Amino acid sequence: MSRAPFARRLLTVAGVDRLGAYLVLRVEDPDGPQPEPGQFAMLAAEERWGGGEGERPYLPRAFSVARQRGGEAHFLLEDVGPGSRRLCELGTGERLWTLGPLGRGFTAPPSGRRAILVGGGVGIAPLAILQDRLQEEATVLLGFRDGARAEGAALLEQARVATDDGSRGHHGLVTDLLAQEVERDPLAVVYACGPAPMLEGVRAMCAASSVPAQLALEAGMACGFGACFGCVVPCRGGGYLRICVDGPVIDAAELDHVDAHAGAPA
Amino acid sequence: MSVSFCGLELAHPILNGSGTFDAIAANKAFADDLRDAFPFAAYVSKTITLEPRAGNPPPRLWEAAAGLINSIGLPNKGLQGYLAEDLPQLAGLTTVREPGAEPQTVPLITNVMGSTAHEFSALVEACETREEIAALELNVSCPNVKTGLDIGADPLQLEQLVRAVRPLTRKPLIIKLTPNTADVAACAQGAQEGGADAVSLINTLRAMSLTPVDPSGPAGGRAWLGGRTGGLSGPAIRAVALAQVAAVAARVAVPVIGMGGVQSGAHARELLDVGATLVAVGTESFRDPAAGARIARELGDPARGEAAPSEESAR
Repeated sequence: MSRAPFARRLLTVAGVDRLGAYLVLRVEDPDGPQPEPGQFAMLAAEERWGGGEGERPYLPRAFSVARQRGGEAHFLLEDVGPGSRRLCELGTGERLWTLGPLGRGFTAPPSGRRAILVGGGVGIAPLAILQDRLQEEATVLLGFRDGARAEGAALLEQARVATDDGSRGHHGLVTDLLAQEVERDPLAVVYACGPAPMLEGVRAMCAASSVPAQLALEAGMACGFGACFGCVVPCRGGGYLRICVDGPVIDAAELDHVDAHAGAPA
Repeated sequence: MSVSFCGLELAHPILNGSGTFDAIAANKAFADDLRDAFPFAAYVSKTITLEPRAGNPPPRLWEAAAGLINSIGLPNKGLQGYLAEDLPQLAGLTTVREPGAEPQTVPLITNVMGSTAHEFSALVEACETREEIAALELNVSCPNVKTGLDIGADPLQLEQLVRAVRPLTRKPLIIKLTPNTADVAACAQGAQEGGADAVSLINTLRAMSLTPVDPSGPAGGRAWLGGRTGGLSGPAIRAVALAQVAAVAARVAVPVIGMGGVQSGAHARELLDVGATLVAVGTESFRDPAAGARIARELGDPARGEAAPSEESAR
């Protein structure tokens, strides 16, 4: 596990690339720790973090590291609220506070077993850095609400796409595609990140097929480093796991179900 | 900058608020050795109860205007789990006061909560036997099962509670007052009459938020938090904290730990100016884990007050 320095770092935006309905925020980070796939950072704009709609945002926002290369860290943004909206407004040369890398990332599959990457919406972000780091070719299945969001599939290579509205790829759910793959190769290992209903679909399917699955969860977080106990998910056997320090990547076998609040924005 | 508090010599006046900094989790999350840079002059544990608690169902957080509403529900391992597993780690916290100096132990203040005087007594008696614990803080924000009011909201009831546990420990006894009361200064006075060595305030203000109204989603208008209501913290409550700390400090002779929305040395200075001896930082640590150290530095060097972040926190 790569660990964060005990301090926020003020980093500079290297550029912002539009990817359909999403933005890729590229941040200059030549000296930062190398994150592991699945780890995340807490982000807050240096200026005007606060004073927006409803006098928000106030707390930093958790984002998976989508990519780290060439001295840059990349984050996939979608405007879904006051925090992400402010981050979407950042331009080249502006600065933001970052704390990270935080949390537990994905564990590589055993040698010779195929990785199936299943992403939904803005939740595809950690699968990009995972694909970058995997030694062997992975199967990539991505689901989106519509065609504009489906352009986000360009973040990964050789992705098969499903859309809710049928505007691109399979007309239906990404779990429809996963069902075919799991049936074809029951020795595969599944890595998933996306909205809670998608993650629950992946968890249930993998449990029924005895396929191991690692789920990257998300919830509103105040701190990102285990202090606030706010980002919990109910776990098997009772009690809760903190997504920030016990996850965000959690073995599906540790969950009876994926809580409705424990996924990426749909 | 060093300060005496109930017989403890502290490097500076900045502590953490109970439940806002998990030193054990932080040691795992951060690469740097926290022993050299522990941000607080003393460490206040999260609330420990007699039996283990899982905490409230999610969602537990809501970002409010310039603040945070939390409904965490005091998850903890229970008294035995705390003494056996957490205490040895928390007792090992050290900090370096000056560059090149030997690491010094960070005094540990253990925060406990019971729902009855009997439960408080059992918690205090068990902690009294552990030398690693420098002081005790009683969380009296638990509702009385009969009245529904917080135990600490009634001055007489609070005085009786403190009087009952006072003989059970020689350690400094701090009462964490609830702000959800008609007269916080009267409650502080009750705690003092019962034998408290210090009081701390403010705890979070009871607050609520509703599910967002989304035309395409399920109907809004229901309580968002799993625990239905929660506690408001952050800059939103700073002016309330200042008024309550001032009122309490004017009423009691025992030292006061002030807290509520502190984000800078200038904010901490305000609480000291109205009579606090120490200042606790809570929600700001969620935004910046090293906030306590930054605020202590700003307090020692007022020129840095509200100014731009220091080089160190910007590194």
